[in-house]
Amino acid sequence: MKIAVLVKQVPETDSLTLDPETGTVVRSEDSSIVNPLDLYALEAALRIKDADPETSILALSMGPPQAETALREALAMGCDEAVLVTGREFGGSDTWATSRALSAALSKLGGFDLILCGEKATDGDTGQVGPEVAAFLDLPVLTYVGSLSLSSSRKEAQAQRIVEDGSQVLRCRLPMVMSFCKAIGEPRLPLLSGKRRAKAAQLRSFGLADLGLTAEETGAKGSPTKVVKVDRPRLSREATFMDARTEEGMDKACDALIALMLEKGLIVPSAAVAGATAARTQP
Amino acid sequence: MNEIWILAESKSGHVAPVSLELLAWARSLGKTGSVSVTAILPGPAIDPEELCYFGADSVIHCPSEGLSGFSARPLAACLSALLERRRPSVFLAAATTTGRTVLPYLAACEGLGLTADCTELSLDPETAVLLQTRPAAGGNIMATIRTTRGKPQMATVRPHSRRPLERDPGRTASVEVMDFHEAPGAAPPLGRDGGDSPPFPNGGLLLVEERPFESSRGIADARAVIAGGKGFRKKEGFALLDRLAGLVGAEVGASREAVDRGWADYPRQVGLSGRTISPELYIAVGISGAIQHLAGMQTSKTIVSINSDPEAPIAAMSDLAIRADLYEFIPALMAKLAGYRSADGVEA
Ligand SMILES: Cc1cc2nc3c(=O)[nH]c(=O)nc-3n(C[C@H](O)[C@H](O)[C@H](O)COP(=O)(O)OP(=O)(O)OC[C@H]3O[C@@H](n4cnc5c(N)ncnc54)[C@H](O)[C@@H]3O)c2cc1C
Repeated sequence: MKIAVLVKQVPETDSLTLDPETGTVVRSEDSSIVNPLDLYALEAALRIKDADPETSILALSMGPPQAETALREALAMGCDEAVLVTGREFGGSDTWATSRALSAALSKLGGFDLILCGEKATDGDTGQVGPEVAAFLDLPVLTYVGSLSLSSSRKEAQAQRIVEDGSQVLRCRLPMVMSFCKAIGEPRLPLLSGKRRAKAAQLRSFGLADLGLTAEETGAKGSPTKVVKVDRPRLSREATFMDARTEEGMDKACDALIALMLEKGLIVPSAAVAGATAARTQP
Repeated sequence: MNEIWILAESKSGHVAPVSLELLAWARSLGKTGSVSVTAILPGPAIDPEELCYFGADSVIHCPSEGLSGFSARPLAACLSALLERRRPSVFLAAATTTGRTVLPYLAACEGLGLTADCTELSLDPETAVLLQTRPAAGGNIMATIRTTRGKPQMATVRPHSRRPLERDPGRTASVEVMDFHEAPGAAPPLGRDGGDSPPFPNGGLLLVEERPFESSRGIADARAVIAGGKGFRKKEGFALLDRLAGLVGAEVGASREAVDRGWADYPRQVGLSGRTISPELYIAVGISGAIQHLAGMQTSKTIVSINSDPEAPIAAMSDLAIRADLYEFIPALMAKLAGYRSADGVEA
């Protein structure tokens, strides 16, 4: 079975700290990581390989040459191969243009039974690339997958999908594109042997010409959306502070919260409930 | 006249409440007479006219079972077919698991741009340019985006970012039913031996089973969420939180620390790697307010925090910041709530 996993390199949000003096965000120097949500897709792929060593996993990324680091991490976790789509022309791609390039790379590589990705990237936060890649490849897509098992024929899978008010159990015909959420389970850490192998591995890279795309179809030029303005919103609110460490303070704080709950219509005085019930039972 | 479409959703055979919020957004984009609003309602629903009472001028109902939500491909094909007939200036969907799957699929098929998870929209009445504003970089910045080619301009809109309009049953209900044939998507579970494949419909997916969360609706649509964090120190603490939430008809949410410790299920996780929610009231109890947590709740209408540390970042993000030990505060609050009942009880 052949699996492709889409990975993205993102800035590490954990390394962001607030300068206590100036209140500005400080980002540590070398702070690029594999999108943490992609690790769940990698884990899902690696579990399939654990059960069936015949499985081969290819990690695919688009980004600047430095994104190679993210691909090496995927290799260290246990992926077999890695391909980087890279070139100046791809810069400034929105989700449409990114998906266009990634799907062109997937078509060129060909023959995948499963194409897996994370729910979204922690920087762009759109979650659009998975479904868009599926559409470009004319494949079905299943999003928010929380668990997955394959049939013995490997032509079918059963998946659990996590939605707003519960979960759905679905049977899926492969090939298919799937995006995973955290419920799939903790991603494994790379082993030392994996790290060594990853360090020595040869990565392939694809440029614009390799993918048969034109500069008009990708990058900022090929992107149908454009950022017109960026604002820094007021991050803090006008907080009312209440100290509930004394009995009196506790009393006031509880009253303030109850007043809010009343205002929002969450609760009503018990008497009103009794009144409403009485009113309804009148003929 | 600018034509605006919204993608309505159904839930258990009824129009989903989140669709009514989309109608309010659509109506906010221009005066009656300058915009017309059409709701596309895929999947079975018995009350499509409700969409008109809440602001749609007309409804296109595609009741086929195979178009209900989970399978993006046939639904995108149905929407493409509708766009063949007529192209509106704007097409909005909710940023739900359905909207966030189907709209990107459609965008790629149609070669159109799409902005995810908007919290603010405006339409220039002259140029018909839709300005789409969304939080980016974990909510630290707001980016305003426009679509530079093709029609319709498409965006998904964050649930709870706008209240529905008043229901007006006096409005004319105009519902057109259109059938797109898709095999009903149901199947028995996959046998252990793998078994023979049933005939799959175009979407490659068959629904075996739906499992609603036990006894609650989950946090996604909740009007009020009370969330707990590592400050609870133990799982039993969450039982207290459950009781409090039950008293006031709120849903329980959790920080990642709490979910990782097994105190709450993952679907209740609020934040960057959990859910993004905007309830009317969000109460953070024993949660510090890490940037990744804030990303999931900072658009809530009103935020209250209960924390023993007044310097915790959540305090500055709150409308009401209470400094208290949660194990003292919750029992005190519950005692005072004895004189009140959950408003849900009145409607029941
Ligand atoms: C890529 C990535 C994604 C992430 N995604 C998420 C996410 O989706 N959601 C999320 O929540 N986090 C997420 N995190 C983790 C996040 O960075 C924080 O670690 C986490 O939010 C902290 O959870 P907490 O507030 O419960 O715990 P802590 O930060 O430990 O805070 C506990 C708080 O409880 C208070 N407290 C302690 N005792 C008491 C008491 N007796 N009474 C009252 N208050 C008390 C403390 O003062 C403290 O403020 C993510 C991190 C990364 C790197």
